[in-house]
Amino acid sequence: MSRMNCDSLWRMLVLLLCALPSHGARCENDYAAQRQRMIDDIAAVARAAGAESGKPTIASGVIAAMAKVPRHNFVPADQERFAYDNRPLPIGYGQTISQPYIVALMTDLMRVEPNHTVLEIGTGSGYQAAILAELAKDVCTIEIVEPLATEAQRRLREQGYGRVRAKAGDGYYGWEDCGPFDSIIVTAAASHVPPLLIRQLKAGGRIVVPVGTAFLTQHLLLVEKKTDGSIVTRQILPVRFVPLTGGH
Amino acid sequence: LKPASPPLAAIAVLSAAVLAYEILLMRLLSIDLWHHFAYMIISGAMLGYGAAGTFVALLQRSLLPRFSAVFTGAAAAFGVTAVVAFLLAQRVEFNPLEMLWDWRQPLRLVAVYALLLIPFFCAGTCVCLSFARFAQEPDRIYSSDIVGAGTGCLAILGALYVTSPAGALQWIGALGLVAGALASGSLRVQARWLPMALLGGAAVLFVGLASQWVAMHPSPYKDLSQTLAVKGARVVAESSSPMGLVSVVESPLVPFRHAPGMSLNAIAEPPPQLGVFTDGDGPAALTRYDGRREPLAYLDALTSALPYHLLERPRVLILGAGAGADVLQAIYHGAREIDAVELNPQIVDLVEQRFAEYSGRPYGGHGVRVHIGEARRFVTANAERFDLIQVALLDAFGASSAGLYALSESYLYTVEALREYIDHLEPGGVLAITRWVNLPPRDVLKMFATAVTALEAQGSVHPAQQLALIRGWKTATLVVKNGALSAAQIVALKDFGVSRSFDVEYYPGIQASEANRYNVLERPEFHDAALALLGSEREAFVASYKFNIAPATDDRPYFFQFFKWRSLPELLALKEQGGLPLLEWGYPVLIATLIQAALVAIVLIVLPLLFGGAGPSSNTWSRARVTVYFAAIGFSFMFIEIAFIQKFVLLLAHPLYAVAVVLCAFLVFAGLGSRYSRRVAALSRTSRIGPVGRAVVAVGLIVVAYLVLLPSAFRALLPLADIARILLSVALIAPLAFAMGMPFPLGLASVAGGAGRLVAWAWGINACTSVVAAVLATLLAIHLGFNTVILLALLLYVLAAVAYREYR
Repeated sequence: MSRMNCDSLWRMLVLLLCALPSHGARCENDYAAQRQRMIDDIAAVARAAGAESGKPTIASGVIAAMAKVPRHNFVPADQERFAYDNRPLPIGYGQTISQPYIVALMTDLMRVEPNHTVLEIGTGSGYQAAILAELAKDVCTIEIVEPLATEAQRRLREQGYGRVRAKAGDGYYGWEDCGPFDSIIVTAAASHVPPLLIRQLKAGGRIVVPVGTAFLTQHLLLVEKKTDGSIVTRQILPVRFVPLTGGH
Repeated sequence: LKPASPPLAAIAVLSAAVLAYEILLMRLLSIDLWHHFAYMIISGAMLGYGAAGTFVALLQRSLLPRFSAVFTGAAAAFGVTAVVAFLLAQRVEFNPLEMLWDWRQPLRLVAVYALLLIPFFCAGTCVCLSFARFAQEPDRIYSSDIVGAGTGCLAILGALYVTSPAGALQWIGALGLVAGALASGSLRVQARWLPMALLGGAAVLFVGLASQWVAMHPSPYKDLSQTLAVKGARVVAESSSPMGLVSVVESPLVPFRHAPGMSLNAIAEPPPQLGVFTDGDGPAALTRYDGRREPLAYLDALTSALPYHLLERPRVLILGAGAGADVLQAIYHGAREIDAVELNPQIVDLVEQRFAEYSGRPYGGHGVRVHIGEARRFVTANAERFDLIQVALLDAFGASSAGLYALSESYLYTVEALREYIDHLEPGGVLAITRWVNLPPRDVLKMFATAVTALEAQGSVHPAQQLALIRGWKTATLVVKNGALSAAQIVALKDFGVSRSFDVEYYPGIQASEANRYNVLERPEFHDAALALLGSEREAFVASYKFNIAPATDDRPYFFQFFKWRSLPELLALKEQGGLPLLEWGYPVLIATLIQAALVAIVLIVLPLLFGGAGPSSNTWSRARVTVYFAAIGFSFMFIEIAFIQKFVLLLAHPLYAVAVVLCAFLVFAGLGSRYSRRVAALSRTSRIGPVGRAVVAVGLIVVAYLVLLPSAFRALLPLADIARILLSVALIAPLAFAMGMPFPLGLASVAGGAGRLVAWAWGINACTSVVAAVLATLLAIHLGFNTVILLALLLYVLAAVAYREYR
């Protein structure tokens, strides 16, 4: 009952309703409805931004995963009521969780297949790892801030994602034992992409790196390792924005 | 017992404390938050002064008979609340980064304002009440007030060298109590024990409260806070000065590996590093160097290494040496000689002394010279020429103003600055400037446009032959050659790009197919923009671009201002898609600050009118006339003061000292002018333009002369020693400020003669408009330049002179 730690009148009212036996189910339903609204938002935004990210929609598998994972269980109690808003949220220790649309876009760019092994640098709340666990065979995730790592591991276990391999530590050298990886996501701030990550990436694999500051993802860096081992990167603006007036 | 004369000493001490507090808040809030928010909060808090004017105007009937008690109490309350209000304010969980999503944040911001407003309100009550109580002596009161403030401005600068910001906060609190004690003594407050009690309290504050009570609480989203959340990371050294709080962090378990934008092809890992944070922002890397070259190989995988592949063992000048990364890069590439300029002596001291063993003392190496000073002045005042001038990726801190204004003025990236740099290149020499890559492109394009304009201004016939631009995934480096790039250099440039997967976006003769190959953007925006900026359609391109990429100039030194109103609706509409990072924060925050200041100011000015606090008009001074006069001089004084601070930044060659010296000189000489104003009034009895007219004519003549003469004079004076330039600045400001100090006391004296109860209201109008003017000056400078701000101020002074009525 982590939802009990609420901080506003509004929340109290909802909780009072939830406390009544006949309304308990309705509350989970309420979150399901909110989640569906979030999915609709993501789809609408994706259509609008399609031209820029080079893809008209987010893959249906990603949408299904986001419709399933209870995002409200991956944010601090006082942020639960914002969990399904299309906005980034604080998760403590100066870290944030990306807004749902960005999560969808990044996951989509990773092109995760059911037989894939994927690595995440920067577990944060564990939400992204849960989404990946819905899509991939193996998920490994590393978090640099120890209390965050512990908390995320607990959440993942409680939410039934116990097979996600999570550890606290330095992500710079990747995770040799877990790899090689079909795709890697680096949500931790880094001044550069660690060379070893590229080495642990399979040929044909992808690395996605959000570039920006706390709360604000400016653009996404997509690193593709071609089958011949050569590297091509793409920089993707999440939004459709043409900087020149009339320059469509 | 009725006091016979105003408590001048107490007023001076209190005003000193208030100005010191204002400057200190900027420091404190820059450490806790970020400086443009700090600026916003301080502007809000300063309205406490205006609120005091309203308060005194409304309640003067009950306050005036209790002058001694109210003054003493309010002064002491300033002392207490200056400390307490800040400590409480930083307990408010205000996170400006969530402002646009979370409705609680604006409420928390209001709570911060409300808290920080209290000390200003207390001090303002003292000063305003003094003017109302001793309405016949505004010249003496005003003089004490602003001479005190000028002194406070220098004093806080000194204080911040000897104590921490938290320590200085307590000293300011102590000063408030001292002002209360002085007042209770001179006003003969009945409670005899009071002065001693207040001095006792001051002594306690001066010695210092328990450190956990006055600890700083930086935002968890500051770079330093985030770094310290990593296991094992800890601050190993800290040094505080008015230039900033420098923290050196060691992170043994998860090392710093700072190599911004390092090529993805690179396999080299940076050697061990310490992180250097200024006001919690950063880090800059203090890299371990043991004299061996190989561990530095990673520095060749950055875009900023490009010029070393175009030149043979160059003589290098590095602008913005910081903790030494660019110097190590030059050493790695075998530079023949290295001169490095760094503004902040604390950082040089850390590299050369405190961590000498770790850093390997790169600044003391063979052929390396480090110069502490401002980069622009170093170049201008130096007769030597260099093969390579490398402008480091330090961002705003180095050459920007100490942060009194929302958007950082930067004199490093203006057209005039680039001309200076190019003038100091040997024939065939290269200027290299590295910037962050933002998407959609902004500052790299502005830099390119600035370089083209600078080359043209220099008389270059073919700027297109002299430029090259290379782009990595995180940084881009622009190269400007003093001469045409050679075929061999172009080959080297292409090789550099290919081997590191950096995109060559421009060089003379580039084919479109060569650009945008490795770090692929949907459109080759950098390449297209470079061609457009070199072509005949440049102006149309700059005009139709959705960010402001017009070059910055010394008159409008806002390189980092990319915001265009036209783009705002589109960017806000993109919020759901994650489009907000495209919004440049500084400018909207400035606008929000202006709007809130203007609204509150209007309310504060109108309130006394509604509730009879303004007092009746007289036949010489109607309420409308009072409003026009005191608003006009409020605006013009601030406009001129702020614009000249910026003008003198170039001569004093130090953002912080310029602010301190110019502000202090302005206030002190205006205070002397105020003392002299009574004599001017007497002398002007027979003159047609009256005393204010005379003062305004003097201001006008001096200002126009300065606008014409100062730019060339400053260039000639730049090589002089610091102290000579400071004295010259003071001498130049003195006559201007002297004349500017007169209109306020002349106006108040005349109002007091005809309509005494209007004095408090008039004072409040001036206080409110001064706050609005400070914000508006920056906004106007961004769009119109500082010269226009000055000319506007002159017009307002003329308006004031016309509005002025002598009391007969």
